[in-house]
Amino acid sequence: MTVKTVINAAGREVPLEINGNPVTPFKGVGKHRPEGRKYSPPIPACSDYPDDGNKVVDSLEEALRRCGLSDGMTISTHHHLRDGDLVSNRVFEIASEMGVKDLVWFPSASFPCNDPVISYLEDGTINRIEGSMNGPLGRYVSEGKMKGTAVLRSHGGRVQAIQDGDVKIDIAVLAAPSADPYGNARGTGGTSACGVLGYAKADYMYAEKVIIVTDNLVSLPCFPMEIEGNYVDYVVVVDKIGIPEKIVSGTTQITKSPDRLLIAELTAAFLEKSGILKDGITMQAGAGGTSLAIAVFVHQILKNKGWKARFGFGGSTKYMVKMLEEGQMGYILDAQVFDLESVRSVEINPNHVPYSVFNAYNYHSKGNLTSMMDIMILGATEIDLNYNGNVVTHSDGYLLHGIGGWQNCLHARNVIIPLPLFRDRIPVIVDEVTTLCGPGELIDVIITERGIAINPLRRDLLDSVKGSGLPLRTIEELKNEAEKICGKPQKPQFENDIVAAIKWVDGTVIDVVRKIKK
Amino acid sequence: MNKSNSVVGNAGPKVRSDCEIALELTTSGGIIIELVSRVRALYGESIKSQVSSLLSFYDIGNAHVLINDSGALPFVISARMEAAIKKVIDTDLEYLPELIPENCYATERERSRFARLYLPGNTPGLMLNAGLHSAEGIILDLEDSVAPEKKDEARILVRNALRQVNFFGAERMVRINQGKRGLEDLGFVIPHNVNLVLIPKCESADHVRNADNEIENLKKIHQLSNNVYLMPIIESALGVENSFEISRSCKNIVAIALGLEDYTADLGVPRTNEGMESFYARTRLVVAARAAGIQPIDSVFSDVGDIEGLRQNVKVSKALGFEGMGCIHPRQIQVIRQGFAPEPDEIDKSRKIVTAFESARQKGLGVVALGTKMIDPPVVARAQKTLDLAIRLGLLNADWLSDVSAGEENEI
Repeated sequence: MTVKTVINAAGREVPLEINGNPVTPFKGVGKHRPEGRKYSPPIPACSDYPDDGNKVVDSLEEALRRCGLSDGMTISTHHHLRDGDLVSNRVFEIASEMGVKDLVWFPSASFPCNDPVISYLEDGTINRIEGSMNGPLGRYVSEGKMKGTAVLRSHGGRVQAIQDGDVKIDIAVLAAPSADPYGNARGTGGTSACGVLGYAKADYMYAEKVIIVTDNLVSLPCFPMEIEGNYVDYVVVVDKIGIPEKIVSGTTQITKSPDRLLIAELTAAFLEKSGILKDGITMQAGAGGTSLAIAVFVHQILKNKGWKARFGFGGSTKYMVKMLEEGQMGYILDAQVFDLESVRSVEINPNHVPYSVFNAYNYHSKGNLTSMMDIMILGATEIDLNYNGNVVTHSDGYLLHGIGGWQNCLHARNVIIPLPLFRDRIPVIVDEVTTLCGPGELIDVIITERGIAINPLRRDLLDSVKGSGLPLRTIEELKNEAEKICGKPQKPQFENDIVAAIKWVDGTVIDVVRKIKK
Repeated sequence: MNKSNSVVGNAGPKVRSDCEIALELTTSGGIIIELVSRVRALYGESIKSQVSSLLSFYDIGNAHVLINDSGALPFVISARMEAAIKKVIDTDLEYLPELIPENCYATERERSRFARLYLPGNTPGLMLNAGLHSAEGIILDLEDSVAPEKKDEARILVRNALRQVNFFGAERMVRINQGKRGLEDLGFVIPHNVNLVLIPKCESADHVRNADNEIENLKKIHQLSNNVYLMPIIESALGVENSFEISRSCKNIVAIALGLEDYTADLGVPRTNEGMESFYARTRLVVAARAAGIQPIDSVFSDVGDIEGLRQNVKVSKALGFEGMGCIHPRQIQVIRQGFAPEPDEIDKSRKIVTAFESARQKGLGVVALGTKMIDPPVVARAQKTLDLAIRLGLLNADWLSDVSAGEENEI
C-alpha cells in the first residue's frame, strides 16, 4: 500500500497518513490552528470504586486484566525511573504471556533498559512505539523491523497529542516511588525516589484507566500528591519499581573533556558579553556534561556581579541546587530530577517546585513557559546552513535519540546550541540536516570550540557582540572548516519506506525517517 | 624487514580518532580492503580510496588490508598506512600530506614560553584540538609517552600532524628520543617546519651540539632557512651539574627545562609537592640559564586533578625565577599562564617606577625616588621587563606612557 505524500512548509516530503490515521503536514511555526474541543475520557462514578478507598489489587497482571487489556490498545508509561525502570518491560511481558497483540507503547521516553521490548515487537505483542528511541531500539526501527510506524514527539508534543485526542491512552501504567491505597502518589520517599513525576500528569488525567505501581505503599494521604487518587483505578504493590542507582545518578558531573570545557567557557563568555546574561534572567540547561559546565561558569558570573536568576527550569542537578542554595537563583521549577542532591533539595526546599511538563511545554495551551525564558542551552546531532536542527538521527541516518523537550525549548528568547564542530570525524554542521526536527528560524547561536555563529535573523545579537573579541564566524565558515579537517562526507542511503514520523509541537508532521539501505 | 604482514595503529573501545591497520602482502588476487568503521556510512568510500592510493604509491599490487577505524582523520589514516607498508617493504619514500599554509610560521627567540603542552606522539585524538587551548607551545612527544614498539609509527604520525594539524600559532615543538634514535627522529620532523626541538635527558654540551649539527645538516639538505631552536631537558644530577655549559653550548638554545621525575629518581628520593628535594636543582638551573642568557623552564606538575596544587607550584616556580612550565593536560594551561603573567599590582608598581624614572630623566635629575625609596637602574630595568611582558600578553596598552602623562606624576 502506498501512502500519498506532500511537500510540507519546511520542504520535506511527508505522508498524509501514518499508521492508518490522517495527519497534517507542517505548515510553518505558529501557523497551524487547532480546531474543536479537547479530548475527554469517560466520566467515572464513585459507586464503581471501593468506599474505603483501597484500590490495591494483587498483581500488575490482575490490574491489567481488570483494565481490560486487549489487542490494539495504547499503553502509556513515564520515564522518571530512567535507566532503572523495572515496570514498563514487565507490562509487555505480561501482555505477551496473555497473548495480547498489536499494542501501541506510548512512553514519555525510553532508555537502554527498555531494549528487551524488542522481543515483544518481534513476537507481535507490540505493533509500534510512539515515543523516543535510543540505541538498539532506534537501530531496530531504522532497519525497518518494527511492524507499525514510529511516531516521535517532543515532551510538549506528547501532552498536546494526549490533550487533543491524537493519542487516546487506554491504560496508563504509572510507576510511583510512594503511593497510598487510594492512588495518591509522589516521586519521593521509599527506595526508588526519582524526585518529581512531572511527565505523568497528562497520562493520568486523560487515560481511560490508570494503574499506579509502587514499591512504597504508605497510608492515606501520600503527601504532597503529584498524582491525585481520584484519577486512579488500581494500585499495585511490587518488590521493586526500579534500580535506585540507575534512576538518579549519585552525582552528576561536569565534563572533564578539555575541548567541551572550552566550549562551555566560550558559551559563558558569549552570554556575558552579549548582555543576555543579566540580573533577573530565566534559564534552562540540560544535564549533559557541557551544559553542567556552562551552569557552573554562569553561576560564577552571577556571583561576581551580584546578580540572581529569577528561576531555572529543571531537570535539576546539584549545580542548579547550589545556585538556589547560595542565592544566585530564586526558584527551580522542576519536571525531572537528575541526581541525589536534587532529590534532597526538592524534598526540603519550598523554592524547588515540582512543575509538570503539561504546564511548561504544551503548545496547545494558553501560554508556554519556554517562550518566557531568556536563556536556553540545547544540544543537537546536526545543524545545517539554515540553522535547522536534528536531534533524532545521526549523520549515518540511524534513529538514535528522542526529541525530549528540545522542540518546545526552541521557543525561548535566546536558543543557544554549544557543540563540538566534529565528533570522531563526523561534522556536526552540514549542508542539510538528515532529519529536520526544529526550523532554523528558532535557533539563534551555535557555539563550537572553533568559533561562534549567530543566526543572521538575530541582528540584535550580532550587534551586541561587535568588537567583543569573541571568535565570531559564519555558519558556512564553520561548516567549511569541519569539512576541511574531516573531508566531505557521503550521504547516507535510504529506502523509500517510512519508519518514523517526526511531529512538530503542534502535532503536524515536520519530517520523516526512512529505512536505512543495507 | 622481509615479513609479509604488519599491524600498526590503535584500536579498542576507548580509542578515538585513530585506526588499526593490518596489512598482508599477497602474491596474487589484487587489493582487498576490509573496513570496520563507525563512520563507514559517511567516509567508507573515501577511506578505501585513500588506502588504495597509498598502496599504488608504494607500488603494491597484491595485498589484504584490514582497517579497524574509530573516526581517524585522513592524515592519521595515511600515517598508519605508510607505517604498515614500511614494516613490510624497504623504502625511504614518504607519502606526504599537504603542509597547510596555517602551519608555515616562524617564532622568535624571545617569545614567552609559559605553558607548553605535551602530546603523546602516537595518540592522534589528543592532537586535533590541542592548539585551541592557547598554550605558547605544543610538544609532539616521540620519547617517554610512546611505547618502544610504537616508536616507528609515531614518527610518521607526528610528521603528518606537523603538516596537517593547525596549532593556531603555538610554537611547534617536538621532543625527540635519546641518543641515536633521537638524531634519526630529526630527519622525520625537521623538514616540516618545527620551531623548537626538546632534547631529553641532556647531560652534556656535546649532547646538544650533536642535535644542533644534525639539524643544520638537515636544513642544508632540505634547503630550509627557518630557525630551529633547542630546549634541552635536564633530568639527572650530572645534567644539573653541567647545566651552565649546556646552556651556552650553541646559539640555537633558547631555554633549558627541568624534568623532576627522572631527576628525583636519579637522587633516589621521592618527588614531593613541596619540592625541597629539588630546590638546589631548580635554583641552579635558573642561575645557569640566566648566566647564559636563556629562559629557565620548570618541570611539569604531574597531578592533573590538583589545580590548586598546581597554582601553588607555579607561584613558587615564578618566585625562583622560572619563566614557564610544561603541561600534561590542557586544563593546566590557563593556571600556568595566569601564574607566570605579571599581577595587576606588579604592573602598577612597574608603571610608577618607569614613569618616575622617565620624568626624572626629562628633568635632568640624577637620582630617582619613588616615595621614600631610591630607584636604582636594575630596578628600572626589571620594571621595564615586566611592562614589556604585560604589553605582549595584552594586559597593558603599548602606548601606556602617553596615556597617563602628567596625571600620574603627582601620585608619585
